[in-house]
Amino acid sequence: MKHEIFEKNTILLTIAILITVSIGGLVQIVPLYTIDSTIEKVDGMRPYSPLELAGRNIYVREGCYLCHSQQIRPFRDEVERYGHYSLAAESMYDHPFQWGSKRTGPDLARVGGKYSNAWHVAHLIRPQDVVPESVMPMYGFLAEKELTFNDAGAHLKALRAAGDPYTDEQIAEAAADFTAQASGEGDVDAVLTRYPKAVIGDFDGDPSKVTELDALISYLQMLGTLVDFTTYKPEGEMAR
Amino acid sequence: MANVEKDPVTGTNTTGHEWDGIKELDTPLPKWWLTVFYASIIWAIGYWVVYPSWPTLNDYAKGVWETTNRLEHAQEMAAVAQSREVWTSKFEGKEISEVAADSELLNYAMAGGRVIFADNCQPCHGSSGSGAPNYPVLADDDWIWGGTLDDIQQTVLYGIRSGHDEARVSDMPALVADEMITAADADKIADYVMKLGGQGGSDAGKDLFDENCAACHAEDGAGVQELGAPRLNDGIWLYKAGKDGVVAQITKPNHGVMPAWSGRLSETEIKQVSIYVHSLGGGQ
Amino acid sequence: MNQATTATGASDVAYNEDVVRKFVLAATFWGVIGFLAGTFIAFQLAFPALNLGLEWTTFGRLRPVHTSAVIFAFGGSIMFATSFYVVQRTCRAPLFGGKLLANLIFWGYQLFIVIAALGYVLGVTQGKEYAEPEWYADLLLTVVWVAYLVAFAGTLMTRRVSHIYVANWFYLAFIITVAMLHLGNNITLPVVLFGGDSLAKSYIWASGVQDAMTQWWYGHNAVGFFLTAGFLGLMYYFVPKQANRPVYSYRLSIIHFWALVFLYIWAGPHHLHYTSLPDWTQTLGMTFSIMLWMPSWGGMINGLMTLSGAWEKLRTDPVLRFLIAAVAFYGMSTFEGPAMSIKAVNGLSHYTDWTVGHVHSGALGWVAFVSFGAMYYLIPKLWGRTRLYSLRLVTYHFWIATIGIVLYITAMWISGIMQGLMWRAYDDLGFLQYSFIESVEAMHPYYVIRACGGVLFVLGALIMVWNFIKTIQGDVRTEDEFVAPQSAAAE
Repeated sequence: MKHEIFEKNTILLTIAILITVSIGGLVQIVPLYTIDSTIEKVDGMRPYSPLELAGRNIYVREGCYLCHSQQIRPFRDEVERYGHYSLAAESMYDHPFQWGSKRTGPDLARVGGKYSNAWHVAHLIRPQDVVPESVMPMYGFLAEKELTFNDAGAHLKALRAAGDPYTDEQIAEAAADFTAQASGEGDVDAVLTRYPKAVIGDFDGDPSKVTELDALISYLQMLGTLVDFTTYKPEGEMAR
Repeated sequence: MANVEKDPVTGTNTTGHEWDGIKELDTPLPKWWLTVFYASIIWAIGYWVVYPSWPTLNDYAKGVWETTNRLEHAQEMAAVAQSREVWTSKFEGKEISEVAADSELLNYAMAGGRVIFADNCQPCHGSSGSGAPNYPVLADDDWIWGGTLDDIQQTVLYGIRSGHDEARVSDMPALVADEMITAADADKIADYVMKLGGQGGSDAGKDLFDENCAACHAEDGAGVQELGAPRLNDGIWLYKAGKDGVVAQITKPNHGVMPAWSGRLSETEIKQVSIYVHSLGGGQ
Repeated sequence: MNQATTATGASDVAYNEDVVRKFVLAATFWGVIGFLAGTFIAFQLAFPALNLGLEWTTFGRLRPVHTSAVIFAFGGSIMFATSFYVVQRTCRAPLFGGKLLANLIFWGYQLFIVIAALGYVLGVTQGKEYAEPEWYADLLLTVVWVAYLVAFAGTLMTRRVSHIYVANWFYLAFIITVAMLHLGNNITLPVVLFGGDSLAKSYIWASGVQDAMTQWWYGHNAVGFFLTAGFLGLMYYFVPKQANRPVYSYRLSIIHFWALVFLYIWAGPHHLHYTSLPDWTQTLGMTFSIMLWMPSWGGMINGLMTLSGAWEKLRTDPVLRFLIAAVAFYGMSTFEGPAMSIKAVNGLSHYTDWTVGHVHSGALGWVAFVSFGAMYYLIPKLWGRTRLYSLRLVTYHFWIATIGIVLYITAMWISGIMQGLMWRAYDDLGFLQYSFIESVEAMHPYYVIRACGGVLFVLGALIMVWNFIKTIQGDVRTEDEFVAPQSAAAE
């Protein structure tokens, strides 16, 4: 039996295993970076604003993705319930992706704008107050936690190193944009120029300070709102 | 091999090796196992031929059936739209009141409206429109912005303070916070508002009420729906109930927000859910 | 090479059993913690008040504690314990690197577990399933893992038998592949490198669709190599030892080993069916999952058929019963898995509890049961006892845990399929029949049943702990021998 050569040589066995297990990953992952059609060319996508990014980091920290997906599949029931199916482009600035794998709660890919800020506040503080059947935990502690994002610029720099197209200006103004978006005061127009469609304003009803609740809601309120779907169809250049 | 021996139980030879007392039999591969394995490989090859499969660095094999998840979905949705056309064609171009007047269309709209309501509206307005603190009950006849079919449809389409250009907007001033009246005045007005609703209170604040509130809420507190000024004389409270709640609202009012649903729901869906809401008990 | 001495344990080789003992104890401890955490979060889904309104006790933070405790802390410690035990004995060589390297691996790994778990509770996570630890914990694990490879491969290279035993092929594949997956999936940019003061925060280098593919290349093969290949290595030693029978087929070992390690890696995209991952990748994920069915069953056949001529031992040997029931659960899960990878089935099962049930039939039925079997085998040997304190308690553990698993997976089948069907149910007029929240409400009874299944599983584990304590103390419970009667009633 020729197989003996592997059974008698640890190094050879190690190398053979390494080659065998490498192939699948290379074939499946590398082309996703090199094939042009992987990410649809649609209008509207932009990197996260500093406040949205801070909110997204809270979403990740609390493990929201363990119960909520952000990925609408091209099924009749899903598009009727949640809206247009998700595009690859819509998560192109997501480090990490948050598509999730379980829907204990509903999909959130297009929750942006679906409810008022006040509803999100009430729901996050005590979900059962507004949705009695809910099994979601209470997140009232987010309202207590004041959020400073002093190193917002460094976060944006890290993301730029990962490929997100943040400009020098966006990095320089990150901390100011964070405060302006959360309070509605300061240079709001500049925020909207740098981050079109960003939702401005005090989110949690307490304008005296920026809390983790403000940031999280600012993220939830923009989910799925960026892409202009009037310019998308699943054929031609958009096809994959 | 040196130590090959026959296993007395199975009659199969061992391979002649031993590790910590463990030996191995040299049993051939089970035929059924090999057959199923080959069959699964052949099936996979067939699948690769017809569906998108192997990639290169620039492109991938499209498959001879030239289909994708998204194209199949588009076909399914086209078929659904076609099967529904008998209904949707009747909806299109009809005013909502005409839809409601046709019993067949009404039943159809109600069926569609129920789950649209449950998935989209119920999180705020509660099951069957039973309401929640800060979110109005839709099953009673107390309407802030009107309870006719057209009113409801208008509210659903554009929302309240939603930021939409057509949104319904009312803006009660912060009478105390902006120092237009004193806290003591607010207390008197609240007492009078309680009286209007038959919940105790006193007349002491009547003048203050007439001066500061009646322009929108009417002298008898019946409210004015065109202005989105709620009725105050029915003991139904959107925010905190009782005198404390009224004081709080006079001092620095809550301004609820309802999103605009145009763009998220289709016009047909909005008609259906409006008819459903109208039917919940309070439609006018 | 056939001295009978090795089989009885009296050996001329100075095996390092100290590190094995430590890892067995660690596995016992982490196992109980992990099962308890799982049961607690199962109750949270049934009764959300149990989230307690505290930031450290929400489902979102405790779920990674559960998964990491059972997979990495319990499963990992079992892997270290058994691989070190098996590699030394099947190579007739002491563990390479001596006591120092072994201790570095043990304490380094335990430190990693504690750092990771503390991080989850405090809200430090990368937000990738089964790869939650942040960059500094990842670095620590990398060091420990390299040390593991050195100790394991070093022992193989200094072996005093001519051939490498099949169990060690699997262990080696597990160690190498997990290293590759860990490095590939955790390429991350710590904010501190860019002048920030968020020490415990990094951003994954990949994003969106590429990150999703990388994550499930990792995630599926954490199952494939951590929970399958490694534990097949375990099976290939402990089943033939406990049954005292030769391994069924050497040829099957070869074919199913190479087929399994080659094919498994491709199966990841079946976690991303119908998502915005391109169709071609989904096709590959699905077809390779189907082709993986028989290679997986090769392991089951080799495990079960090793009992040829020794089936009656299942009646008298509850430890063997654990091992063989595990192999049966393995066979069931590796049939269910390919079935769920078929896109039409996955369209229904994805996002539902069916997936959770599937994972647990593998995790409880296969991984935990085969581990319990190995631990019951090892404890008396490692502490020099003639036998376990009580075989009857092993039987109780077996049946209580089995009932627990059955409750768990049937509850999840029903709730999962019900969820999937409710979400896509249409009435006569073509309208969605149920709102999402109605599906949440309908899950409640099944979540209660599932949690009760978890309680039984924990109870079984506690019986095991008691048995271990008494065995290590040297107690032997007087109990009737199990006899093999004509009837099936063994007890």
